[in-house]
Amino acid sequence: MNRPDGGRALLEVRGIGKTYGSVIALRDVTTAVHAGEVTCVLGDNGAGKSTLIKILAGVHRHDSGELLVDGSPVSFSSPREALDRGIATVYQDLAVVPLMSVWRNFFLGSEPTTRLGFLDRRRARDVTRTALAEMGIDLRDVEQPVGTLSGGERQCVAIARAVHFGARVLILDEPTAALGVKQAGVVLKHVARARDRGLGVVLITHNPHHAYPVGDRFLLLKRGRALGAHEKSEIGLEELTRQMAGGAELEALAHELRGVDR
Amino acid sequence: MTSTAVSDPPDERVGPPRPLDRLVLRPEIGALLGALLVFAFFSVATERFLSTGGVATWLDDASTLGIMAVAVALLMIGGEFDLSAGVMTASTALVTAILATRLGWNVWLALLASLAFALAVGALNGWLVTRTGLPSFIVTLGTFLALQGLNLGITRLVTGTVQVSGMRSADGYSSAGFLFASTFTLGGTAFYVSILWWVLCTAVAAVVLLRTRFGNWIFAVGGSPLSSRAVGVPVTRTKVLLFMTTAGAAWLVGSINILRFTSVQANQGIGLEFQFIIAAVIGGCLLTGGFGSAVGAAIGALIFGMARQGIVYANWNSDWFQLFLGVMLLAAVLVNNALRRRAERVRR
Repeated sequence: MNRPDGGRALLEVRGIGKTYGSVIALRDVTTAVHAGEVTCVLGDNGAGKSTLIKILAGVHRHDSGELLVDGSPVSFSSPREALDRGIATVYQDLAVVPLMSVWRNFFLGSEPTTRLGFLDRRRARDVTRTALAEMGIDLRDVEQPVGTLSGGERQCVAIARAVHFGARVLILDEPTAALGVKQAGVVLKHVARARDRGLGVVLITHNPHHAYPVGDRFLLLKRGRALGAHEKSEIGLEELTRQMAGGAELEALAHELRGVDR
Repeated sequence: MTSTAVSDPPDERVGPPRPLDRLVLRPEIGALLGALLVFAFFSVATERFLSTGGVATWLDDASTLGIMAVAVALLMIGGEFDLSAGVMTASTALVTAILATRLGWNVWLALLASLAFALAVGALNGWLVTRTGLPSFIVTLGTFLALQGLNLGITRLVTGTVQVSGMRSADGYSSAGFLFASTFTLGGTAFYVSILWWVLCTAVAAVVLLRTRFGNWIFAVGGSPLSSRAVGVPVTRTKVLLFMTTAGAAWLVGSINILRFTSVQANQGIGLEFQFIIAAVIGGCLLTGGFGSAVGAAIGALIFGMARQGIVYANWNSDWFQLFLGVMLLAAVLVNNALRRRAERVRR
């Protein structure tokens, strides 16, 4: 895979850590996100996935280690700062307002205005329609409230929005968690499309079957620590699933249970 | 679970949007129908209702309520309440009156000072609500009671009674009165200028709400503050500005009142806050925020004015007004609820 930036990571964390009071939520995690590649973060509940994205997205500051954007260390104090550096996050709740129309949601926070300072509604509608079409989403009516869209459609609107507003790094927080099989497939297709457009993607999931087909690099988290970091060439789906499921621990458990039988 | 195809080809199971679904986007429709109904009823039932004098009376009744209802509607769309809005109309009038009559300030200067006071209280409301994350219902109930106490306490301290009067002899009364409390003649009947203020406020609020970035943010912070913050909407600033807008509107109404009646009672305005909220709800605002209309709130105030005066013209006991109000409010809430469910209905 050719890297337009000559191999330098768009976003990189080195030995990063975060504590909430006396709780160590994340410690010593290292990974990188390159343009045109998907970095998958896998882990069970409480593994530290959310903490990691919150640091990347600028919601929380890290306590230790380094966060690098384009090779230079940064420390975000707000999501806006991360956004300004081209790091866009699509949260599980999608950050959409259900009662507002698709185009108002699409431009929320970055509304286009005319010279007189009014909303440029025509442009907003047209751009929304084309941006969604470019992502392969055909919405009948950009005037309908987002609440009337299906879960997959809403996810796609959120992704299209991030891509449109010049995101270079797209962080997706469990985008397939609440979706059915078919819709999850559609969303993964859009993830691949964003990757092919040269974005660096961070995909957070606890489903290795969703991560493996689109991922280039896999970071496994467990109880706030990195359990392993692998390139796709180094690991197969089965091994990924095994590690994800607790791997060695499960074997030990099986051993223990057999012992009880005897 | 049924799943809907997301991308091409378009899902053949989904029909084109029905015209009725389009109407959902217009929260003021219900209020408009209600207003037509009330208008038609009293036009037929009474003779004075449609006379120019009658029209001038119910428009005037609706005007000061309407100015507040529109501001309160913006605040409610932004997801907050302001229970101090009613008593604020008296507080601002008292500040103006005390400064002008007791300290001998020029009326214009007194008006400016009371505007500054109003905006400060509005900002305080907003700051307390956004800072603490407490429901605005309880925070503004606090400022409501505090202002009520201040109104009575300070008025009694300064005047020894519970009213301030004598505005007419203050400096600058005539020019300020012209702007806020004069009448204009149309078809041989005098209409109060407050009606023009009402129309102006409604127009400005409607344009701001639907055609500006700030308006977009109002819907967003009321619909989902967390999502709004995540995409970079300044939630705190938007809410504080909305509280200041409500306080500013209360200043306008207070100024109209003090200049028209030239005196103010310290216990005025109490209970009006619910009328503002009721008018806004009749106009299509959701109690939960994120949905509503400025024009709708103005129409809600119009219904209020028409019914209140219509009942007088029909020579009914004004007790019936409360019954009418209750039924109207219930009907509006039910309609709004149905509309919201339609708009929020989730397809999976």
